[in-house]
Amino acid sequence: MSDLKKEWPLWEVFIRGQHGMSHRHVGSLHASDEEMAILNARDVYTRRNEGVSIWVVEAKHIGASSPDQKGPLYEPSNSKVYRHPTFFDIPDDVGAM
Amino acid sequence: MSAALFEYLLRLGDNTLVLGHRVSEWCGVAPALEEDIALANTALDFIGQTQMWLAYAAEVEDKGRDADALAFRRDVWDFRSLLLVEQTNGDFGKTLMRQFLFDAFNVLNLTALVGSADVRIAEIAAKSVKEAQYHLERSRETVIALGDGTQESNRRMQKALDVLWPFAGEMFVVDAVDTEMQKAGIGPDLAALRGEWVAIIQPVLTSAMLTLPESDFAHKGGKTGVRHSEHLGHMLATMQFLPRAYPDAQW
Amino acid sequence: MYAQMIKSEATLDDPEKLAAFQARIDAGDKIEPKEWMPEGYRKTLIRQIGQHAHSEIVGQLPEGNWITRAPTLERKAILLAKVQDEAGHGLYLYCAAETLGVTRDEMTEMLLDGRMKYSSIFNYPTLTWADMGAVGWLVDGAAIMNQVPLQRTSFGPYSRAMVRICKEESFHQRQGFDIMMKMCKGTEAQKNMAQDALNRMWFPSLMMFGPSDKDSTHSVQSMSWKIKMNTNDELRQKFVDQTAPQAEYLGLKIPDETLAWNEEKGGYDFAEPDWDEFFEVLQGNGPCNVERIEARQKAWDDGAWVREGLMAHAEKRAALKEAAQ
Repeated sequence: MSDLKKEWPLWEVFIRGQHGMSHRHVGSLHASDEEMAILNARDVYTRRNEGVSIWVVEAKHIGASSPDQKGPLYEPSNSKVYRHPTFFDIPDDVGAM
Repeated sequence: MSAALFEYLLRLGDNTLVLGHRVSEWCGVAPALEEDIALANTALDFIGQTQMWLAYAAEVEDKGRDADALAFRRDVWDFRSLLLVEQTNGDFGKTLMRQFLFDAFNVLNLTALVGSADVRIAEIAAKSVKEAQYHLERSRETVIALGDGTQESNRRMQKALDVLWPFAGEMFVVDAVDTEMQKAGIGPDLAALRGEWVAIIQPVLTSAMLTLPESDFAHKGGKTGVRHSEHLGHMLATMQFLPRAYPDAQW
Repeated sequence: MYAQMIKSEATLDDPEKLAAFQARIDAGDKIEPKEWMPEGYRKTLIRQIGQHAHSEIVGQLPEGNWITRAPTLERKAILLAKVQDEAGHGLYLYCAAETLGVTRDEMTEMLLDGRMKYSSIFNYPTLTWADMGAVGWLVDGAAIMNQVPLQRTSFGPYSRAMVRICKEESFHQRQGFDIMMKMCKGTEAQKNMAQDALNRMWFPSLMMFGPSDKDSTHSVQSMSWKIKMNTNDELRQKFVDQTAPQAEYLGLKIPDETLAWNEEKGGYDFAEPDWDEFFEVLQGNGPCNVERIEARQKAWDDGAWVREGLMAHAEKRAALKEAAQ
């Protein structure tokens, strides 16, 4: 179909907002290279003043965990309930903690 | 003084009005979605700048008009836009080349206006110059990429440069209005900006494998309103249709 | 809706896998691109998300038609921002569909050669400024009705795109209604213009939800997969119930003599649109089908040298970088 024409590669876009949070994945776009990807990200994903810093990564360079490993990767942490603050019962009269 | 200031503000506001209108014509039909969105951002910036320039112009004029009245109820001979910005879009290459030539000028002019003795002008310029810097970054990258890209894209960009070049010189033509503004510390010496402008565009055009036309010939008559192109009338016929057809209506 | 008449694809997968998949959906799991999914689910989603994306892009045209004629600087900025959002929404949706193994260029080609569709509504012309009001009020109003529940759809990328779209769309319907209010409080000519726009847009808006459920054979599978969240009739009823009082507020008359509040069912009774017209529009015989596709085709063809030029430059630059290392 479009074998003769080269489609612009797909990029994943990460944006850091104004409040010091980490860069967050906001979506994807197409661009011919990294420079254009950053410019395009600025135009596409910060139309409502969403960010102050942009990262772009060509989608093919993203390493991803395999969905079949969902169990081995994430289930072990399910059993470590003591990592969550609600595990501990603090008497009400101690006050806010 | 206020007559010259009014005239000067119309020049600033009409440039952004006319170019913003031209760029908005791309909405929905650009070469890629990302470009479509970027061009709309540029047009939106220009419309916003127009609102500020023309609102101030209307105040200075003090005849009960507002920015919309100036935008939608003046005819061709009352417009003070540069011939460059009223040129038709042509292909994407011509649009981006027009944008680049203007952006480079706009950044220099606005940077100077940030230090204007007129506080309102300085404020509007301070807000606008950040937008203009981004426009320049984007148009510069695109001109380089398309000039360098394929034979076809290089050919189109060279043609765009050749066609638009005779309209670039008008940006630096100084007349009595400019001189008065300069003396009052309100506006820069436009003629002196030319050297800096060439210093911006020359390396870009070289990276883009494009040849600067040799002729220095410049069409004039846009910013003075003496002789606009035929294109402007057609643009206004479209743009002003509703307020003209329904003069009593509020929108 | 933006996705009308989406045919659910048959699925020939292993029944055990299918059952496990259905169990995940029933449990409210999100399905992510690299996870196993029935072939029918994947194909149906490509068709649905693709059609939705195409609708956004073709939908830019009827409203883009008035950007250069907007009557004030503020209206021009608002309309341009709105139509630009539609390009953005198309972009988000194409990206969501791309995670299913089809490229944006492939989808574009399928739109241009007619293998993929877009919403019937965008084949109607926008003739006056009041149409900008009516489109925002009615068309975006109808779209939102469908898009809000789709935020909970089972396919992760689609759901995330819808969340973003819904957040951005919140001003679209309001700007349309705002135009209508201004027109209805304006001169006699403006009010007539507003009524005329409602007259022309009402039934095409009702058609956006697709034919009645009793004639819609594909809903069951899509609903159990949670890629369709409500039936066509449910959404249409909700739309009429919401819109009728708004028309009354504006002092406009909905062009339906049978429209009346039905106390018993707690909703309005209303006339069905002309479904023959709907199917004609889908077949290509709407007032603007030819122009819309021509406009998209021209933009695509005219833009080819730009897309290729930018890509060629990127490749040259990458080669230079590599040589320098």
